[in-house]
This record gives sequence, C-alpha cells and structure tokens, in this order.
Amino acid sequence: MKINDVILQTVTKIVVFIILTFGVELFLSGHNNPGGGFIGGLVLSSAFVLLYLVHDIDTVHKGIPFDFKKIAALGAFLAVGTGIGSVLFGKHFLTQAAGHFNLPVFGETELSTVLVFEAGVALTVVGVVVTIISTISEDV
Amino acid sequence: MTISLSIFIPFIAAIFVPFLYKRIQSRKIGWFVLLVPLLLFVTLASFIPSIAKGETYTHTFRWIESAGIHFTTYLDGLSLIFGLLITGVGSLVILYSIYYLSERESLGRFYVYLLLFMGAMLGVVFSDNLMVLYVFWELTSISSFLLIAFWYHRKKSRYGAQKSMLITVSGGIAMLAGFIMLHTMTGTYSVREIVVTIGQYTDEPLFVFAMLLVLLGAFTKSAQFPFHIWLPDAMEAPTPVSAYLHSATMVKAGIYLVARFTPIFGGEMTWFYIVSSVGIFTLFWGSFNAVKQTDLKALLAYSTISQLGLVMSLFGLGSAALNEGHSANSIIYAQATFAALFHLINHSTFKGALFMVVGILDHELGTRDVRRLGGLMAFMPVTFSIALIGSFSMAGLPPFNGFLSKEMFFESLVNARNLELFDVGTMGTIFLIVAWLASVFTFVYSMIIVFQTFFGEFQPERIEKPSREAPFGMLLAPSILAILVIGIFFFPNSIGNYLLRPAMAAVYPTLEGAEGLTPQIVAWHGFNSPALLMTIGVIILGAVLYKFYRYWRGIYTIAPMTWNLDAAFNANLILLEKASHFFTRLYMKGYLKDYLVYIFSFFIVVVGGAIVYTGSYTFDFSNDAPVTANEYLIVLAMAVAGLSMLFAKSRMTAIILNGVLGYSIAFFFVVFRAPDLALTQAVVETVTTALFLLCFYFLPDWKKERSPIGTKVLNGLIAFAAGTIVTVLALTVQGNKMFESISVYFEDSYQLAGGKNIVNTILGDFRAFDTMLEVVVLFIAGIGVFTLIKLKTRKEGQDFEDQ
Repeated sequence: MKINDVILQTVTKIVVFIILTFGVELFLSGHNNPGGGFIGGLVLSSAFVLLYLVHDIDTVHKGIPFDFKKIAALGAFLAVGTGIGSVLFGKHFLTQAAGHFNLPVFGETELSTVLVFEAGVALTVVGVVVTIISTISEDV
Repeated sequence: MTISLSIFIPFIAAIFVPFLYKRIQSRKIGWFVLLVPLLLFVTLASFIPSIAKGETYTHTFRWIESAGIHFTTYLDGLSLIFGLLITGVGSLVILYSIYYLSERESLGRFYVYLLLFMGAMLGVVFSDNLMVLYVFWELTSISSFLLIAFWYHRKKSRYGAQKSMLITVSGGIAMLAGFIMLHTMTGTYSVREIVVTIGQYTDEPLFVFAMLLVLLGAFTKSAQFPFHIWLPDAMEAPTPVSAYLHSATMVKAGIYLVARFTPIFGGEMTWFYIVSSVGIFTLFWGSFNAVKQTDLKALLAYSTISQLGLVMSLFGLGSAALNEGHSANSIIYAQATFAALFHLINHSTFKGALFMVVGILDHELGTRDVRRLGGLMAFMPVTFSIALIGSFSMAGLPPFNGFLSKEMFFESLVNARNLELFDVGTMGTIFLIVAWLASVFTFVYSMIIVFQTFFGEFQPERIEKPSREAPFGMLLAPSILAILVIGIFFFPNSIGNYLLRPAMAAVYPTLEGAEGLTPQIVAWHGFNSPALLMTIGVIILGAVLYKFYRYWRGIYTIAPMTWNLDAAFNANLILLEKASHFFTRLYMKGYLKDYLVYIFSFFIVVVGGAIVYTGSYTFDFSNDAPVTANEYLIVLAMAVAGLSMLFAKSRMTAIILNGVLGYSIAFFFVVFRAPDLALTQAVVETVTTALFLLCFYFLPDWKKERSPIGTKVLNGLIAFAAGTIVTVLALTVQGNKMFESISVYFEDSYQLAGGKNIVNTILGDFRAFDTMLEVVVLFIAGIGVFTLIKLKTRKEGQDFEDQ
C-alpha cells in the first residue's frame, strides 16, 4: 500500500514539533501543574506514532536513529536507580528530595530527584509504546 | 558494613564481566574475575583475629520497616568459616577454570553465573534476616541451575539442572513456610533475636512444624537421603563447577542452615533424632553406592553425599548438648559439633582437590571411566600425588586431615553411646555399627580412586587422548588444596583456636566460655583409644573388601539395591506433566471469548456472592453531587456507542465506536476537573486505537457469530450480571465509609513532597514503589511483545537438537 498524502505529511511536520514541545512542557511542569512523567511520555510517544502513521518505518528510523528498546531499558533503570540512590544516602528506598536553586537563566527554580524518577517513567513509556507499535507494524 | 558490601561485590562484578569479555574475548577474563574472590578472601581473613577474640559484627540496611524485613548482615565464627570456604575455594576454582575451560566456551557467561552463585552463597551465610536469607537461598538454586546447565545443548545437562532445581527449590519453599511460622511465633525475622527468645516458644504447636519444614529445606539442599538423587545428575556441569558447588558451597548451605538453627531447635529431641539418623543413613547409603560407580565423577558425587551425611549426623549428635543444660555431658555432645565443623573444612580441601584431579584426568585423557584407566602414575606423577593425598584423607588415614576428623567422629559416637540419651533400645550401638561400616566403604572407594586409576596396567588403546601430565596452571589449585590437607594435619589447633572456637560459641550461645568446649586436637590418643581401634578395623576390612571386590559386587544386583529412586522421581515428573496437561486442556480452549466467560463467572460468583452473602449493599445518595445535563449527555453518548458496537457491520466501525467510549470517559474527567486523568485517557485512547488499527491486518474476517440461542442467552446473562455487580459495588463503596478519608494527608503534598500537583506527588513520592514496579512491568511487557514477534520469525526452522 503506497500512501502519498502531501497535506497530511506537511501538517505532521509542524504538528509533531508542537506535540513534542507540549510533551516536554507537560513533563517538566508535572510536579506543580497537570502533567508528569507518564502523560509526558505518552504525549511524546503519540508524536512518534503520528510519524509512523504518516511516513513509513524506515524513513522515521533514518530521522530518529534511536533503539527504543534501549530507551525503555534506560528508563526502567533510572526509575529503579533513584530508589537505590536514596539508600546510599542512608534514607529509605525511594525517598525523594527537593530543593530550590537560583539558576542563571531560569531564576528561582525547584529541582528535585522526583524529576529523575519521572524521567525514568517517561522514557520507559516512550520506549515501550514505540517499540510495541513499530514491532507490530514491521511484522505486517 | 564491610560484610554487607562483600555480598554485593560479586554481583557488581558480574554486571561488568560481559562488558569486559567483549573487549578481551579470551581466557584472560578469568584472571580479572579471580580478583573478586581473592579480595573478599583477604578481607574476610582480616576479621579472623577479632572474631577469635569473640567479637561479632552486624550491619543493618533498614528496608521494609513495616514487615520487619531488613538487610541485616551478621558475621560470627560460624558464618566466617563458610565465608572463607566460599571465597577461598572459589578463588582456587576460578584459578583452575582458567586452564580447564577452552577459549571456545562462552567464558563470559560462565563467570557471570559463577559470580552470581558466589554472591548468593555469601548472602546465605551472612544474612541475619530470615526473609533475606531465603531470597539468597533460592538465588543459589537458580544460579546453580544455570551453572549445571552450562552445556545446555546436552540433554543430560538440562535434565540434571532441572532435577537439582526442582528438588532444592521445593525444599526452599518448605523452608520459607517454616520461616513464616517462626515469625508468627516470635514476631521477628532476625535469627539472633529468635535465638535469644526461642525458649518461650518451644511449647507452641507450630514449633515442631517449623522445625520440620526448615529441616526439609536443609536436607534437600545438602542432598540428604532421599533427596540425594539430584547430586549425581548435577555432575553434568563442567568440573570446576562441580568442584565448587559440591565441595565447598551449594550442598554445604544445608549444613550451614542446620548449624545456624541448632541454637533454635537443637534442644528438641525430634531435631536430634531426625538430623542424626538421616545423617547416618545418608552416610551409609552414599558410601555404599559410591563403591559401585565406574564414572569417577559419579563416585565423587556419592562420596560427597556420604560425607555430608557424616557432617549432618555429627550436628545431630551435637545438638543434644542443648538438651542437657550445663553439664559435663553437654560438653561431650558438643564435641560432635566441633568434629562436624572440623570435618566440614577438611572435606572442602580434600574433596575440592579430588574433583580437580578427576577434571584433569577427563581433560587430558578424555575419559573418567575407572575401567579404562590404569597405570597413570608414571605419566602423571603430580596428579597422582594429589589424588593420593586427597583419597587417603577421605579414607581417614594419617598423616592427612581427614584422619583427625574421622577419629573425632568415631570418638563422638563412642562417647554418645555411653551416655544415657541413647539408652533407649540399642540405637547407639546401631549408629556406631552403621557409621563404622560406612567408613569401610569409604575406605574402599577411596582406594578405587587411587589404585584403579594410577596403578595396574596402562591401556593406551582404551583412552581417547594420549596421556601426559597436565599443565602447571591446572595443577596449581589442587596442589594448594593438597598442601592444606597435610598442613591442617600438622597444625590442626591453629584452625581449632582461630576458626572453630568462635564458631562453637555461635552454635552454643548458652555454653559460651564453658570449660573444654573447644578441645585440643591431637593426632595420637594412645593405643587404648576406641577410635584408633575402629580405624584399624576399617583399614583391615576395607583392604580385604577392596581386594575381593570382584566376588562380592553381586550384592548390588539384589533387590533393595536395584530399587531406583531416580526412576520414581522421573515417573512422578511424567505423571505430574500429564496431569497438568489434562487439567490445562480442560479450560484452555484457545478462544478469548471462553476465557472472558470464565473470568466474569468467577467475578460474579465471588464478588457478587460476597455482596449478597454479607448483605452489605447500601445506597446512600445524600452526599452525592447533583447530576447535570452535561453528564447525562456524555452517559447517553457512551451508552449509544456501547450498544451500537453490538450491531456494527465492520471491524472498523467497532474500533471507532470503542474510541468514542474512551474519549467520552476523557470528557468525564474534564467535566470533573481532573486534567491529568483527562489528558492521560485521551492520549492512551489515541495510541491504543492506532495500535488496534495496526493489528487489524492479523485479525480474521469480521463475521457474525452463529452460536446457539442458549449460549447467547447465557452470555447475555453473564454480561448483565457483571455489569450490575460493578454498579452495585460502586454505589456501595460510595455509601459505606468505614475509615476516614485519607485525602487530607495528600492535601499536604506541598509540605511533604514539595509538589503542588497531588496526583503527581502520589505517583512520584507517596506511592513511588507502585509506580516504579509499574514502569518495570511496562518495560517487561514491551520486551515481551518485541521478542514474541521478532524471534518468532527469526527462529523458524532451527531447533535445538539434542547432542
């Protein structure tokens, strides 16, 4: 089946960036506003899914040469790793810490280890969703 | 702290081995791996002086506070002995394996398994918490499974691995039940705390059950009769593995458990009888069966079984000391434990050396069959010397360390017989005779190893490779062990004072410091010593039996000897498989529709039944918010979508209608001002619909089902009932508030976790453990889908053939 939908492809090129930016925004603002690792990851992966739908797999792989399985593994590793990290500081497993820092560009910013944990969640979600979708579609 | 770390070092090293192996790709990898046990051995050895002074070390990582499960390590005399054996013999085994395994083997995999096993064993002996101990215990079963099945293309290796795992893991699960019972009685998982308080609980009904279950774990692990059948099959592993697993570690975990639990259960007569008689019988049965083996490795396997029986029976005898309270008798019984610990060390040295010798023969000559070997002394003088030292030590001859512990064994039996404990009947005498006979057979098979292999006629046509002396590196590790065998004979008391004394204090906390608890080991007791007379008897009768083996070996073909426990095990295994196949076939029809019927019927019976039975359905609408027109609209849309799905003409329509349902739920979340949930639901719905469309290709044609009207009615009823129950359940939950709402707690999220978004703080902070595991599950699911689809297409046509 050959698809050559110019309008869809053109729109996608722009929309994907909007979705990706939105996903990152959701992820970063998660701790205080609606969002977070899971949704952020899902939104990011929906951008990839859109790309897969519009272009064929090989084209997308050329553009984004990541092994999404490894991304998922990295995510799971981060999520478990932050848990162990707190043990090394003599705290309970999975204890998170947060603090306010004055960063040069962003001004007063809250940084917390939850962000790393959530990043793990997000990466796993992206990795798994894209892996599942691309394997199933490659099998066709 | 050091000890806690030392458990993890092998695991951490195991992570790096594959990366290292990728870069080196040769047997040099072994040298790097060797550093790990060497380092650990030196570290542990540095504890010897302070432990000998009576100090102990504990360190706790607080873990699951609410369940009392902490990662607590405990170093005392007993765990130090085992730790030194694991790392010491481990170093030598790795040194040996560097020369033994060829570069063509997947060495990376081998050393990963070996390090995993080493870490698990260290975990077993250093854990103070029962649950942590159990986890490491099963990890030893799993990692030894991997090691035994290292040559997995051989059918026998796979069989041996499966057998050892089935037996040891089922014993382990029994042990877990025992641990839980102990916890129920005493309220703690800490072994040290249980030892202190156990006196109050000995009358509890659970006490004996807990003891039996723990013993089951110990007996399966250390291959006591009738669980010994896995050990000979486990010999399919590469020889370094056999030397490690069966001389120093895996099988000794059971011994360790018995020693560790002696202060807890030892005062009980049941413990005394079971442990000592199972041990004595295993001693006899193992040595009796070892004689008839023609494969040297199988012979050593049976000899291990028998020697473990010996150690076990000594621990059984020794436990009587706790029954006696403070008395002269209890010291006499305690000597048995001393002998057990001493023999444990000796056994590791001589059996490790012997396994390596057999490995050398196998490696250099291509066969381990005694009937093909002979006259090797001239070609392999060093191997011969090591074999001689190891075997004579095993047979209990001077001047080797086995002599000392064998003498102590006889002495303990003679002493025990003279005390009142054994006066019931003639049990003491029977014990003595059985043990003596077993020693005779031990002597016979030890002689077989030496004389049939190295003396006699050399038959070059019956061996597969030309014979020559093994390379220096391969001889190094067994030589060190052989030197130890002799060294321990001449300086036994340095081991006695520095290693055994603190271990005795660990086994007998109540007798600590008692006069004569740690005897001086002497080789010469004078001519009147009954032990010496027994040894002389063993040598005379053993020599006669060895000389005339041809005439009496017919004994192995008469009735009780031909009854085969292995056959019983295999028959049971097949029966079990058939039965499970039968039951699985009953419900696994292969239709998704049927499974849904099962699931929902179960749900209706259990949940619906519970609701009706307890009569707990109450509806309380007083607190509910008013339902607005918007909500009615959404519900209407959902209902219409749901109903029209039933009448959809094509699959595409059905999928889109399903999407309508999902998006309507997202709308609901919007209406109820839950942006997180609405977003998630919307994106999930989008992605799953896309997935669904992808799977489209694989699904069979959409056709209306022609099922009989009865089935349709039944399915309709099930669907209706399930829906009703869910609705009732939801309403009931709303109406019943048994506890205060916990949402107040989460409202403090900003103070507690520094986040204003409650949903997110719950996910990331308050219930992060759930989230973490969900992430892991998600990852596993993704990898699962990938392998299911990818490997299916790649593996086609190439099956593993049995070799």
